[in-house]
Amino acid sequence: MKPVETAERTPEAGPEAANGGATLGTSRGFLRKQLQQILAFASLIVLVGFFALANSNFLTWSNMMGILVSTAVIGILALGTTYVIITGGIELSLGTGMTLSAVMTGVFLANLGLPLVVGVLGGIMVGAFIGFVNGFNVAILKIPPFIATLAMMLIAEGLALVISGTAPIYFTDVPGFTSISQGTLIPGVNVPNAVIILIGLTAVGAIILNKSVLGRYTFAIGSNEEAARISGINIRKWKILVYTLSGAFMGIAGVVLAARLNSAQPSLGVGYELQAIAAVVIGGTSLQGGKGSIVGTLIGALIVGTVTNGLRIMSIPQEWQTVIIGLVILVAVYTDILRRRRQS
Amino acid sequence: MTDHLLEIDGVSKGFPGVQALSGVHLQLDAGEVHALVGENGAGKSTLMKILAGIYQEDSGTIRVNGRPVHIDSPRTAQNLGISIIHQELSLMPDLTIAENIYIGRERRRGLGFFMDDRDLNRRAGALFDQLGISLDPRTKAGDLLVAQQQVVEIAKAMSFDARILIMDEPTAALTDSETETLFGLIRDLRQHHTGIIYISHRLEELTAISDRITVLRDGSYIDTLATPDTDLRHVIALMVGREIKGETRPAVPRETRPTALEVTGLSTKSLLKDVSFDLREGEILGFAGLMGAGRTEVARAICGADRPDHGDITVHGQPVKIKSPSDAARLGIGYLSEDRKRFGLMLDQDVGFNISISSIPSYTNAVGLVRDNQVRQTARHHVESLKVKTPSIAQQTTNLSGGNQQKVVIAKWLARDCDILIFDEPTRGIDVGAKEEIYDLLTTLADQGKSIIMISSELPEILRLSHRIVVMCEGRVTGVLDNADADQEILMDYATRAGAHGGMTV
Repeated sequence: MKPVETAERTPEAGPEAANGGATLGTSRGFLRKQLQQILAFASLIVLVGFFALANSNFLTWSNMMGILVSTAVIGILALGTTYVIITGGIELSLGTGMTLSAVMTGVFLANLGLPLVVGVLGGIMVGAFIGFVNGFNVAILKIPPFIATLAMMLIAEGLALVISGTAPIYFTDVPGFTSISQGTLIPGVNVPNAVIILIGLTAVGAIILNKSVLGRYTFAIGSNEEAARISGINIRKWKILVYTLSGAFMGIAGVVLAARLNSAQPSLGVGYELQAIAAVVIGGTSLQGGKGSIVGTLIGALIVGTVTNGLRIMSIPQEWQTVIIGLVILVAVYTDILRRRRQS
Repeated sequence: MTDHLLEIDGVSKGFPGVQALSGVHLQLDAGEVHALVGENGAGKSTLMKILAGIYQEDSGTIRVNGRPVHIDSPRTAQNLGISIIHQELSLMPDLTIAENIYIGRERRRGLGFFMDDRDLNRRAGALFDQLGISLDPRTKAGDLLVAQQQVVEIAKAMSFDARILIMDEPTAALTDSETETLFGLIRDLRQHHTGIIYISHRLEELTAISDRITVLRDGSYIDTLATPDTDLRHVIALMVGREIKGETRPAVPRETRPTALEVTGLSTKSLLKDVSFDLREGEILGFAGLMGAGRTEVARAICGADRPDHGDITVHGQPVKIKSPSDAARLGIGYLSEDRKRFGLMLDQDVGFNISISSIPSYTNAVGLVRDNQVRQTARHHVESLKVKTPSIAQQTTNLSGGNQQKVVIAKWLARDCDILIFDEPTRGIDVGAKEEIYDLLTTLADQGKSIIMISSELPEILRLSHRIVVMCEGRVTGVLDNADADQEILMDYATRAGAHGGMTV
């Protein structure tokens, strides 16, 4: 596949400039840090070019918007879970937690008839609460993240079905709700709000990760949790915050999805977590923790969206699309491993 | 000349940057208990690992029953009848004694699919009879006392028909009566013509159990003495060697200074017993002792990394509760572990990140975002003042040398405004030139008023830098000495006297 070739031909930065000048070291260090992102972005361009040549319907405004809209939900999930993965954790309840948030939004708005803002914030809070419980289980009860969030995945799935009575909740009687995803905030430019939300959250997410204390500690915990603890960082508190933040993103994704479908579908959601994790990993965030970026995750999500859309346009069956996404993940992670090995 | 059971003749072994063994001799006869002693780093464990087939010697000869052998793997060692009882016991707690002894060597039944448990227990029973051990082979190893596990380890070694048994600190975790039981077993083995190399830091034991004593120092063979004719003081003198004079010692006592940290009655269930001491402002307080004496445990308790069971801590006169490292950091206590890579640094992050990580909340603006300029400024300031050799603060710490990594950890605590610094083996893994720099740095920090606890296994280092010295042995403080009253022999004496010097000599 093309991304591999791009990656393997990329020349390495050369021997580490341990004795080199300061500026040289800095710029190389910067390049090296951003390399996986640059590679991911190059892969995205190559993919878009490939599909554009393969099918003339691919590179149209409406199809591009379609990709962005379908990327929005997975992208928002992926942004939030990037923090969790940088701490060295994992978040498997993303998909069903999102569904539960959507169902609860439906309960608040369609069943209870609460005001729009209250219902939407309530839905987001449900997501944040699920994240908080995950964080509590991981940080305080010391349950391994994989197990803690796997259990939460089942709990959220079951609760979503119970609360909704296994039937979809429709927002037909809630004026204005669908425009959260489908409307266009910017007059005259035909970009759906879901896409604007994705881009806005990317910006907010990047600022939090790169500029806030939370972001700094996220990296510290993932790099060396024990050293972070000895350095005086309250690991429990910050881990809970990280999972809660991820949960809030999950809640937002639930609202955006419900607004796009004009309904909360209680049986939808399983599988989203894996696509979101795939996006994070493709974007260069290391599952070992300590390394990752928000912009990389956005690119990763776009790659997943582009491949899915492109293959569909080329009339490749759904089953094969899944296989190919799997291969893309393998290639992306192996590229990263290759790069690390050469570095050391 | 009769053949010795085991003869080590001029064996040398080097690692990059260090000569671990040079020309070591040792003869072990059948039915002999031969003690091997030396300070930490004298080369005992390297020699042991060569005999176990884990390392190969660079030069020299090893003979078993007069035949030169080359022990190229643990399997070879086993075939030669060499067995090692490690300090850390390695029994599997959920298996029975018999299963533990014969693991990998079980007789099978039913197409090799089933264990023959009856045969297993019968063989273990026969072995125990022969060794005079009264344990039920069907007991789970996890239900045994440490001393009993030790016995099982020895039985396991004997089940391989071991003729040469190497015991590494076998009594470290045993009570006095358990030690007696173990010695009984050792005397039985001696009757059966087994040769035993006995490594121990408890010198008093050697009189009770050993026939001869071989002393190693800095990887070199020093002497072999017949135990009955030997005074233990002489052994200690041989272990530490003549003191290297001419190195500076801190001149000004700090007794008049206010107390920065006071620890009273610190105890843990596993090791520490009633540890009390005080640290003055601007003082370097050395902590001497052998490995496992509990010095690191004391440090980890003070900095909140572990929770002690008892004990009170006072910082600058105020009683405090330290429940976590973040409590300790808030009180201005910073810990620098001997294992920098595990407990000190985030290796895949850059120098600036590592220096600032402990103090990051102090660089935030009104909105809670980190002022990167200020972070960089602080990091650069510390890099310059501590003379960290790095091309820039954007360099990954993994690329720095040991000495410079250590300076980054120091900078991290200085950025956090810590005034009590606990250094655990500050120069471990650091080359000689860089050591001098670290020494100068410690002295400078103390002169600036920082209070420093320095744990070190290198006595010259302790004597050179410390104003006062706390000596520990087996979880207790066995002595607190002014530098002027201490030399290597005195320190070593306190470090090997568990309980004998119960009181503190302040």
